[in-house]
Amino acid sequence: MTLSLSNAPLWFVISMLVKIVLVFVVVLLIVAYATWVERKVIGHMQTRLGPMNTGWHGLLQPIADGLKLFFKEDIVPSQAAKVPFLLAPMMILVPAFITVAVIPFGPDITIGGYTIPLQITDLNIGILYILAMAGLGVYGIVLAGWASNSKYSLLGGIRSSAQMVSYELAAGLTIVAVFMLSETLSMRGIVQAQQGALYGVIPFLPDWYIFYQPLAFGLFVICGLAEINRTPFDLPEAETELVSGFCTEYSSMKYALFFMAEYANMVVIAAIAATLFLGGWYGPFPGLGAINLLLKIFAFMFFFIWLRATFPRVRYDQLMFMGWKVFLPLALANVVITGIVVVLVQS
Amino acid sequence: MFKEFLKGLSITFKHMLPGHSTTVQYPKERLEISDRFRGLHRLVPAHDREKCVACYLCPTVCPAKCITVESAENAKGEKYPRVYKIDMLRCIFCGYCVEACPVEALEMTGDFELANYNREDFEFAKERLLR
Repeated sequence: MTLSLSNAPLWFVISMLVKIVLVFVVVLLIVAYATWVERKVIGHMQTRLGPMNTGWHGLLQPIADGLKLFFKEDIVPSQAAKVPFLLAPMMILVPAFITVAVIPFGPDITIGGYTIPLQITDLNIGILYILAMAGLGVYGIVLAGWASNSKYSLLGGIRSSAQMVSYELAAGLTIVAVFMLSETLSMRGIVQAQQGALYGVIPFLPDWYIFYQPLAFGLFVICGLAEINRTPFDLPEAETELVSGFCTEYSSMKYALFFMAEYANMVVIAAIAATLFLGGWYGPFPGLGAINLLLKIFAFMFFFIWLRATFPRVRYDQLMFMGWKVFLPLALANVVITGIVVVLVQS
Repeated sequence: MFKEFLKGLSITFKHMLPGHSTTVQYPKERLEISDRFRGLHRLVPAHDREKCVACYLCPTVCPAKCITVESAENAKGEKYPRVYKIDMLRCIFCGYCVEACPVEALEMTGDFELANYNREDFEFAKERLLR
C-alpha cells in the first residue's frame, strides 16, 4: 500500500519531511564541496594545487569561504531599487533548489507495510515543472541586473536573458524527443521506461535513452550548460568584460546566494540529464539506487568543471549563431526523425 | 572541430593527473637555489678582522648608491672600514660590488628572506654583514 495523506497522515508528513531535509542537505553539501572540487580540479589542470592550507588539502575551504562571506559588509548601492535588489538572489536560488523535488533518487522502499517512493513528489507533468522552474531562474538574473542600477549588471542581465531564452528553446525540444519515447512527462515514469535490457535484447547494457537519443543527449548537455551560465557560455558574468555581470553590485551573503545558485543549477542540470538520458537511479550498479544517481551527478559536475578548465568563452554572436542556427534546427530535426521512427515502430 | 575539442580535453585531463603540478609549497618546501644566486651580502672575515681594505670601489660602482663606507687606519697601519653599511631597501642585488672588490672581501649569499617590520632593520651594518 502506498503511503499517502489519506491512509496514514502522520507517517506521510514525517516521511515527506525526512525526504525533503535529506535531499536539501545532500544538494547543499554537493554545492559546498563542488566549489572545493572545482578549485582543486581546475588548479591541477593548470598545474597548480588549488587550496592547500585550510585543513587537509584545503578540505575546510568551503566552510572558510562561507564564514568569510557571512561576515562581510552587506552593501546595497544607494541608487539601487531596494526591494528587487533584495529579492533577486532569492529568486535565483529558490527555483534552483525546488527543481530537485521531482528527481527520483531511488526505487520504492517498503517500511512497516507502506510503500514509500524515493522522490519528494511525483508530478505527472514533471518535465514541464522543470522547464517552468528553469524559466523562473532567468527572472532572478534579469532582476538583479536591473535593480543594481549599474551598467555592467544591466548588460549581464540582458545577455543572460537573451542567452537563456534562446537555449531554453533548444533544450526543451531535445526533451520533447525523450518523452516521445517514454510517453509520459513524469520523471518516475521516465526512469521506469529506461529499465531492462538495451533495446530489449542486449542484456549487459541498460535500456537508457542515451542509446536511443545520443544527439538529444549531447544537445541537452550543451544547452543545459548555456542555461546555467557555465563556461564556455558564461557571458552574463564574463569577468574580462563585465566585471562580474549581474552580481557586480552584490556582496556578503547575497553574493553567496548567487554563487550557491550557480552550483545548485549545475547539480540540477546534472540530475535532470542523468534522469532523462542515463536512467536516473537505475544502473550501472544494480541495487545501489541513490548512489547510482549521485555517481552520475558527480560525473556530470566533473565534466562541467573539466570544460571550464579547457575551453575559452564563446563570443556573443557565436553564442546566438549556435543557439538559433545550429542547436535549434538539430533539435527540431531530432524531434521529426524520432517521431517518424516511433510511428514506424508502432505500426 | 570535435577532434580539437577532444584534444583540448585530453590535454587538460593529462595535466590533472598526479605529478604534473609545478607548485612549490614555499614555506614548507623550498627550491634549491643556484650557486650564483645573488642574495644578501656577506663581508668575508680573515683572521681577526674583515678582509675589506676600504678602497671605496664598491660604493663607486654601486648603481643604487646603497653602500656607505668610511675608512680608518688600525694600530698596525692597515686600512679598514670603520663604517660599512648597505641599505637593503635601495640595493638592487646586481652584484657589481662583488665584481668590483679587488680583495674578494664581499660575497653574495643565498639568503633572500629579507622582509622586516621596521625601516631601520633594512640597514645592514658591518656586524650584520660579517658572518
